[in-house]
Amino acid sequence: MSKDLRNPLARARGLGSAKDGVGHWMLQRVTAVALVFLTVWLLCTILSLLHADYATARATLMKPWNAVLLIAFVVTMFRHAVIGLQVIIEDYVHTRWVEVTSLIVIKFIAVLAALTGVLAVVRVALGS
Amino acid sequence: MAQTGRPLSPHLQVYKWQVQMLTSILHRATGIILAVGSLIIVWGLASLAAGEEAFATFTACAASPLGMIVLIGWTLAFFYHLANGIRHLVQDTGKGYAITSFVRSSWVSIIAAIVLTVLVWGYVLAGGHA
Repeated sequence: MSKDLRNPLARARGLGSAKDGVGHWMLQRVTAVALVFLTVWLLCTILSLLHADYATARATLMKPWNAVLLIAFVVTMFRHAVIGLQVIIEDYVHTRWVEVTSLIVIKFIAVLAALTGVLAVVRVALGS
Repeated sequence: MAQTGRPLSPHLQVYKWQVQMLTSILHRATGIILAVGSLIIVWGLASLAAGEEAFATFTACAASPLGMIVLIGWTLAFFYHLANGIRHLVQDTGKGYAITSFVRSSWVSIIAAIVLTVLVWGYVLAGGHA
């Protein structure tokens, strides 16, 4: 007898009850690995700007690599944060309408905050 | 999840306290703190783009006593989430699940977070001169 009770087709598709397979789980790990590097880089950059004036801070951000990494950080971090908050909400919020509302609200806030952050970096990087 | 009235795990009040319980819940708690704190990063970036005056307001808030307390707490949350996150990534490869190493790595996460926070704020409060 087969050890696996699942239909072979279901197994081939790799999608479970979540309809998304392990995509969500994997994305949380991949963004985590990226953030290990991005956050350490960001912390070092911030510490190097401790007593920097406005012009120095802007000049640092205008360097292409810093702008690229900062945008990568903002996007990756908010994606990671939304997945993490979603898991927490799904685990602890047991009233369905509060759960669904919270899940939508955190996504709206995250998208708006990420866009605001990216726009700010682009404005500084392009000097506008 | 539906409200069934059945008892839910974890039954925190009956468990004997263990460090792995703390590291698990702290990872979620610090995750929430960092998610909220990320809005401060966006505020900082937006103020940098908005102009010198807005940026001065931001740095003044960050350097105020309340701002410093928030930033120190945030640093601790960040280093904890970083250290424990790396621990979880290692565990995802299937390593470190023996009880002794699970407990040991829990303590490593907590101690690493405290040590790194002390180092960074020692550097900051010394005026950025290591």
